Amino acid sequence: MHKKTSLALAILLAAGVAAPVMAAKVPAGTELAAKQEIVFNNGAEPATLDPQKMEGTPESRIARNLFEGLVIQDDKGNILPGVATSWDVNDNNTVFTFHLRDDAKWSNGDPVTAGDFVFAWQRAVDPKTASPYSWYIEMTTMANASDIINGKKSPDQLGVKALDDHTLQVVLDKPIPYFIRMLGHTTMVPANKKVIDQWGEKWTSPDHFVGNGAYTLTDWVVNERIVLKRNPNYWDDKDTVVNQITVLPIESENSELSRYKAGEIDITNGSTPIAIEHFRQLKKDIPEQIHTTGQVGTYYYSFNNKKAPFDDARIRKALSFAIDRNVITDKITGQGEIPAYAFVPDITAGFTPVVPAWAKLTQKERVEEAKKLMKEAGYGPDHPLSFELLYNTSDNHKKIAIAVAAMWKQSLGVNVSLVNQEWKTYLATERAGDFQVARAGWVGDYNEASTMLDLLTTANGNNYARYSNPEYDMLMADSKSVVDETKRNEMYNQAAKLLDRDMPVAPIYQYSTTRLVKPYIGGYPAANPEDIFYFKDMYVVKH
Amino acid sequence: MLKFVFKRLIEAIPTLLVLILVSFVLMHAAPGSPFTGERSLPPEILANIEAKYGLDQPLYVQFFHYLGGLLQGDLGPSFKYKDFSVNELVGQSFPVSAEIGLWAFLTAVVLGVLFGVVAALKQNTWVDYGVMSLAMTGVVIPSFVLAPLLVLIFAVHLRWLPAGGWNGGEWMYMLLPVLAMAAHYISSIARIMRGSMIEIMHSNFIRTARAKGLPAGYIIWRHALKPALLPVISYLGPAFVGIITGSVVIETIFGLPGIGQLFVNGSLNRDYSMVLGITVLIGALTIMFNAIVDIMYAYIDPKIRY
Repeated sequence: MHKKTSLALAILLAAGVAAPVMAAKVPAGTELAAKQEIVFNNGAEPATLDPQKMEGTPESRIARNLFEGLVIQDDKGNILPGVATSWDVNDNNTVFTFHLRDDAKWSNGDPVTAGDFVFAWQRAVDPKTASPYSWYIEMTTMANASDIINGKKSPDQLGVKALDDHTLQVVLDKPIPYFIRMLGHTTMVPANKKVIDQWGEKWTSPDHFVGNGAYTLTDWVVNERIVLKRNPNYWDDKDTVVNQITVLPIESENSELSRYKAGEIDITNGSTPIAIEHFRQLKKDIPEQIHTTGQVGTYYYSFNNKKAPFDDARIRKALSFAIDRNVITDKITGQGEIPAYAFVPDITAGFTPVVPAWAKLTQKERVEEAKKLMKEAGYGPDHPLSFELLYNTSDNHKKIAIAVAAMWKQSLGVNVSLVNQEWKTYLATERAGDFQVARAGWVGDYNEASTMLDLLTTANGNNYARYSNPEYDMLMADSKSVVDETKRNEMYNQAAKLLDRDMPVAPIYQYSTTRLVKPYIGGYPAANPEDIFYFKDMYVVKH
Repeated sequence: MLKFVFKRLIEAIPTLLVLILVSFVLMHAAPGSPFTGERSLPPEILANIEAKYGLDQPLYVQFFHYLGGLLQGDLGPSFKYKDFSVNELVGQSFPVSAEIGLWAFLTAVVLGVLFGVVAALKQNTWVDYGVMSLAMTGVVIPSFVLAPLLVLIFAVHLRWLPAGGWNGGEWMYMLLPVLAMAAHYISSIARIMRGSMIEIMHSNFIRTARAKGLPAGYIIWRHALKPALLPVISYLGPAFVGIITGSVVIETIFGLPGIGQLFVNGSLNRDYSMVLGITVLIGALTIMFNAIVDIMYAYIDPKIRY
């Protein structure tokens, strides 16, 4: 149901109506702890704290608290005003004018101006910055972004300008309907020119750091911790409750768990799945501390669509049908993952997926169907199919690969050899197309169906399945300029139908985030599908 | 003696050069690059990034460029941790590993030698069996089992000590990692020490000392300990470098910001400059401590000196 409200709110916001502000909402009568401090395990050491250079989740989870963009999100993923209080759009949906709040300040007291956004976005596309996420601005179709990245134009020609200190104008080449949603990304937050000019690449060190978020950086010991302290200059500081956040980079799931149990961590990272045997025990011991949220992301197997016999849709479909997804989500992962029969997760905002026909069959019926398809394609007991299944090193991937291989063997008599490669080697293999079937996963950059569907277009650099269908490409290209949500939804479903027909990849499950949160932490977001949360919305109850 | 030290230093240079060259080639031969991520980058963006880090240059140019920097003490920028240079990262993490390593080393030497001597003197009694079975357990139980076990007992159940973290090197945070790290070495040293002590105690000069009627404590302290330590010292030289350059297992389990984690993550991330920098550091330390062991040998054993 919340999808509809989110939609309505997005439309409301697109029209420039200000919505209520999110802040820590402490219920009346709650007794707060004297020590308002939270320890959060981030699961990895961030590669950088420079928002225009970051690309991964560990980075953006910290950056969201150090910087604030034009828009932010509430606990359910709805768009809320951030530094922008309202905005106007022209009739073509290509020129956006943002009105910025006049009380937004940097942690050094400087006012946050429209010029800070212009500087940041120019910086993100400037080849000299060498940002691995400059393509994100390219994807918004902001005027001249591609040419600047290619070195054909200078950064000051980017389609963004400050009409005055509090008015920002953005010009897009195409009326990207989800542009406002894309603004929540950390690449799009402002940057303080004065500080960056003065300190160069060292501006993110705690001694020099200046941000405009609810927190500022006070301590950074690589591979041990990052400490954020409340920023008194933040415009909504009066509603912030938590004074200090300690961010840990613990990667080992076991260490994380023992430190959580020892009371040294309040919120776990949620990205590394908890081993099922531990999870079952936790579910018995502390069920109220387990928080599971669906995620815009899919775990799937890529078929190499350019390599025989996987260039035959019948083979791909047969293999996909024969995977018993319920076994995987119940017995192997078991943390609230949903079996996936289509590429776009159900939770995606503004998208009502049509359930494929085969998803409604029982597993037995699917296997029958699969056997028929295999026979048609010329494979059977006397001529079994043999291939390699590639996955990157991880317990979880290994368990799933073993299970799927067994399912294929049992139902279709297929001989699968498992190939396991270390992460970067696996990436290189996948990119070179040197595989037959490979484990893969994709998590959306923003909460909209195109973030998933675009992946399988011919020109997409991440389309390792090498699926190529002109009809599909055309549909996705056309959808970019359809503002009407219902119409776009229809087009996405048409595209999804093509995927179901051709089965370039076998979706396995829809990702979820499972986190342990101490019972005394209030304000932890209930259901943000992009796993976006802000410490400014939380509080610590007396315990 | 000076000439000896000088000779060792000169010998170290070609060794280090070969080490750098081999590591450099191996690093670049590994599939993927520092900038291969989950999301493949559009070619023009990848080109911008490679230009920034000089990866667009031919390999030999990159190699000499690296050597040039190294001569000036510059280990280059980290390809993974973009806000830091390798010098800064190593400067921040090496002291942590070294501090834990030093304490673990001291604990190992003191307890290991003590246990070894006690077991040797009480040879074939229950004391000997007790100490040696404990030592055997220490050798057999790997640190990745022992460390979580210690955490479980002292941090999760008893809550006496923190389960991890460094906190600027407070002793409370160091106790468990030091113990987990030292355990294996205590056992090894105890076993070596016991063996060599038993051998020494049966040698002629000890028998002579006993025949002269010297007190047992004096014999052990004055005559037996020094020669019995020789095998321990030859074991300790290489062990010392290993111990102070960090254990990735201990650092991962306790969440310590040491050099072991940097090194392992560096190779997984293909952080070329980081891996090379730490290789050079460990290489140089290994050469240095082997030389120190040789010198100590010469000091303890006159047979080598003369």
